[in-house]
Amino acid sequence: MSNIDYSVKIPNNVDLSGDRTLQRALESWQPNFIKWWDDVGPEGSTNHDVYLRTAVSVDPQGWAQFGYVKMRDYRWGIFLNPADQDRAIHFGDHKGEKAWQEVPGEHRANLRRIIVTQGDTEPASVEQQRHLGLTAPSLYDLRNLFQVNVEEGRHLWAMVYLLHKYFGRDGREEAEALLERQSGDENNPRILGAFNEKTPDWLAFFMFTYFTDRDGKFQLAALAESAFDPLARTTKFMLTEEAHHMFVGESGVSRVLQRTCQVMNELKTDDANKLRAAGVIDLPTMQRYLNFHYSVTIDLFGADQSSNAATFYSSGLKGRYEEGKRADDHALHDQQYKVLEVVDGKLQEKDVPMLNALNEVLRDDYIKDSNAGVGRWNKVMEKAGIDFRLTVPHKAFNRQIGALAGVRISPDGRPVTEAEWQSRKNDWLASDDDRTFVASLMKQCLEPGKFAGWIAPPVMGINRQPVDFEYVRFN
Amino acid sequence: MTTTTMIENGILNQHLIDPEICIRCNTCEATCPVDAITHDDTNYVVMADKCNGCMDCISPCPTGSIDNWRKVPAAEAYSIADQFSWEALPQEISAERLAAVQNADPAAVAEVEDLSQAQAAIAAVAGLTSNVGEIGETPFRSAAFGATVPPWSAAHAYTNLYAPKSPVTASVVGNINCTEAGFDNETHHIVLDFGAMPFPVLEGQSIAIIPPGVDANGKPHVARQYSIASARNGERPGYNNIALTVKRVTQDHEGKPVRGVASNYLCDLNVGDKVQVIGPFGHSFLMPNHPRSHIVMICTGTGSAPMRAMTEWRRRLRKSGKFDGGKLMLFFGARTPQELPYFGPLQNLPKDFIDNNFAFSRVAEQPKRYVQDAIRERAVDLVELIKDDNTHIYVCGLKSMEEGVVLALRDVIVQAGMDWDSVAAKLKQHGRLHLETY
Repeated sequence: MSNIDYSVKIPNNVDLSGDRTLQRALESWQPNFIKWWDDVGPEGSTNHDVYLRTAVSVDPQGWAQFGYVKMRDYRWGIFLNPADQDRAIHFGDHKGEKAWQEVPGEHRANLRRIIVTQGDTEPASVEQQRHLGLTAPSLYDLRNLFQVNVEEGRHLWAMVYLLHKYFGRDGREEAEALLERQSGDENNPRILGAFNEKTPDWLAFFMFTYFTDRDGKFQLAALAESAFDPLARTTKFMLTEEAHHMFVGESGVSRVLQRTCQVMNELKTDDANKLRAAGVIDLPTMQRYLNFHYSVTIDLFGADQSSNAATFYSSGLKGRYEEGKRADDHALHDQQYKVLEVVDGKLQEKDVPMLNALNEVLRDDYIKDSNAGVGRWNKVMEKAGIDFRLTVPHKAFNRQIGALAGVRISPDGRPVTEAEWQSRKNDWLASDDDRTFVASLMKQCLEPGKFAGWIAPPVMGINRQPVDFEYVRFN
Repeated sequence: MTTTTMIENGILNQHLIDPEICIRCNTCEATCPVDAITHDDTNYVVMADKCNGCMDCISPCPTGSIDNWRKVPAAEAYSIADQFSWEALPQEISAERLAAVQNADPAAVAEVEDLSQAQAAIAAVAGLTSNVGEIGETPFRSAAFGATVPPWSAAHAYTNLYAPKSPVTASVVGNINCTEAGFDNETHHIVLDFGAMPFPVLEGQSIAIIPPGVDANGKPHVARQYSIASARNGERPGYNNIALTVKRVTQDHEGKPVRGVASNYLCDLNVGDKVQVIGPFGHSFLMPNHPRSHIVMICTGTGSAPMRAMTEWRRRLRKSGKFDGGKLMLFFGARTPQELPYFGPLQNLPKDFIDNNFAFSRVAEQPKRYVQDAIRERAVDLVELIKDDNTHIYVCGLKSMEEGVVLALRDVIVQAGMDWDSVAAKLKQHGRLHLETY
C-alpha cells in the first residue's frame, strides 16, 4: 500500500483529498499502474530527464508547464474542465433536462462500457509504442514520443478516476483489467483491433498519431457532449492534449515527405529503388502506409448501422462531433443518412435512419478532417515541384467492420475480384518488404540538433526552444 | 510579460497563425477567453479587432503556429477574410514602408508603449481591417525566459474590466514631479481616483490612458499603457486610487525634439481633471504573497513603477511580522541620481527592509555603470536567492536592457557552477522570472 499524498503528488481539481474512499481506491491502483509503466511502458527510459509538458490546472497558464521530468515521476494529474451548474443536456430524448452529475442506473452498463473502451485505448498505444525510443530519429522526436506516452498515461488516469468515482466495485475491477489486457496479447488483447496492431517503426508511429489519435479526437469530442457531466468535462480536457498527438503525426509525416522530396530533387529521380538506396522513404511507400493506417482507423468508428449508437445518442451518453454547432432538432428521429452497401458486387448508397447511422456520421466527419491534413501534406510535394499527391483511399477499402467488412474494393473505390485483390494488395497496403525496408532505416540519432537521414528537422522547437535543444537528457 | 500584440506609433504588431504549421486542432479557439479566434474549412485565424494579446492561446498550441506576429500599419491589419485565403504567412512589410507610416505622426514616435494585453484592446478601436509581414525573429527572445504564469502565491488579478469602447473616468488627485526639477527626463507621479467605480488592481498590473482629441489623421488617439506604481489597497491606503510613473517625452530616439502626446497630456494634468482609463491589464507579472518570499527587482527609469508598487505593498505588510524573512533586492538604473524617480524616498527605506543597488550611466567623472554591472557585483548574494524557490525576479524598463540583464543573470548562474538552461527553464516554468519591457 502506497502512502503517497495524492493531493500533493497528483495535481487535480477534483478535491481528491476530500474524498477518502476515492483516495484509497486510487492509492491501491497506483502501484499497479507504475508496475505496468515499468513493465510495458517506454523501454529503457527510466532514468531519462525528459523536457515534458505537465498540466497542473485546466486554465491556459496551468496546463502547459514545461520542465525536465523523469517519466516515472510524471505527475499524472486528474482534471475536469470547469463545471457549469446550469448545463443542460442538448441532444437526444433527455434534451433540455439538467446534465447528470451521477450515473443514472438505467445507463450504468452502457456508460461503463463507453468509458472502459475509451480507457482501454490509452495504455494500449503506450504498449504499442514502447520500443520506438530505441530507434528515435532525434532527441526532438524522442521527447515528442515520450510526451505522447505520458499523456496517454494521464488519459488512462482520467478514465480510471471516473471508474473509481462513479462505478463502485465494478469500476475498480474494470480499472484493474485496464492494466491486465495487453496490446497484441493473444490471450488477453486490447478491446479494439487497431490497438492490437504493432507500431514497429517511426513512420507507423507518425501515421498512427495522425490517423488513429484523430479517431481519439472524434470519440472524445462526441463524449464531450455527454449528458453525464463528469465524462463530458474529463474528455473536454483530454482533447486539449490530444491535439499534441495529432501534431506529432502530421508534422512527422510532413517532415518525412519533405526529406524524400529533397533527395528526389537532389538525385533528380523518382525511382523508388534509388531513393531507398539513398536512405529515404519513397512516396509510394508513404501512400501504402497511409492506406493501411487510414483503413484500420476508420474501422474504429464501428458498424455503419448500429442500434447501440442510436441508444447512446438518444439516451444522451454520446453526441455527435460539434453537436452544438449543428442546426437540426438534435433528436434525429425523422432524419435519414446515406450509408454504403454492396449489391451484386457493386457499391451503392442507401438511406437509413440517421440514429442508427451515427457511427457513420462520426466516421464521415473524421474523413473530412483527415483529408484536410493530407491536403497539407500534398503542399510539401507541390512546393518541391514534385508531381505526386497522396490520397486517402475509398472508405470501403480494406474494411473489417460493418457492412463493408471483407468486401474487396480498390483504393479508388472500384470493386475487385479476390484474385485481383491478392495480386495487388502489396501495391495498396504496406507490405512486409516495405516494413522491412523502413525498419532498416530506423537508427537512433541522439545528438541534439541532428536528425536521421530519412526525416527533415522540424520548422521550430517545442515551447519556443530551439530545434537543437537538449529535449532528453540521458543519465 | 512576453511579446504580444502592440501598437506603437500607428504600427500594429498583429497576432497571426501560420497556416503552414497549424494542424487545425481547435485548441486556440477553445482556449481564447475573448473569442478572438475563428476558423473556416481552410484556416484558423485571429481577429485583430478582438485579440487582446492575453497570450492564453500560446502555450496550449501544440505546434507553435499560434506564436506569429507581423508589424503592419494599424489601419491595414489583415482581415480574417485575408487570413482565410492564406497558404503561408505573407512577407514582412518593408521597414521603409513602416517608417513612412510612423513618420506621419512624429510626435507619437517617441511614445513607445509597453507590450501587453492592453495593446490589442487598444487595437480594437484603431479601426483595424486588413494586412501584414513576418515574424520579427531577433537573436534574443525574451519569451524564452520570461514566465507567462504568475508566482504560485500571487493573488488573482482582474483584467479587462474596462474596454476601449467603454472606458472608466478617473479624477486626478495628485500630480508631482518625482525627479529633481530642472533636469531632463522629468518624471511625474500621478494619482488617479476612481471614486465609486470598481477598479481592483494588483502590483505589477498596468492600465491604459486614452488622450483626448485626435491625431494628425483626424482619428482618436490610441491609448497608452502605464504600469501601476501603487499598492493594491490604493496609493493612499483604503482609497480607490492608483499612482502612475510617467516620463515626459520631449525627444525621439534619435534625440530630435518631439512632444509625446500622452505623456505630456498626463504630466500637464491638474488636480480635478478627468481621465479616460481602460484596463486593468496583466495576469502574470504579479508579486508572490507567501511569507518568506523574496523579490529581486531590476529596473531602469519608469520601469521602477511596478517595483515601487511591490515595495510599498511589502512595506505595508511588514507590520504583520509575517514577511520579516522575505528579502527585497533592488537594482535600479538611471543616467543620474537626479533623474532617478523616487530616489529620495528609496534612500529613506530601512536597509534591513530593502537592499538597494543603484547604477548610474552618466555621472560626471565616473565610469558608466549599468544595472547588469550591479547584478554581476552582487553575484554571490543573487545566486543564493535564485537557488531559493521562494525568490521571484522582476525586470522592467526599456526593451534594450532586457538582453543585458538576462545575460548578466546567466553569467551569475554559470559562474556559480550551475546549469543556466535548467535554472532558466525552472524560473520560467515556476513563474519566478518576469520580464516587462517596452
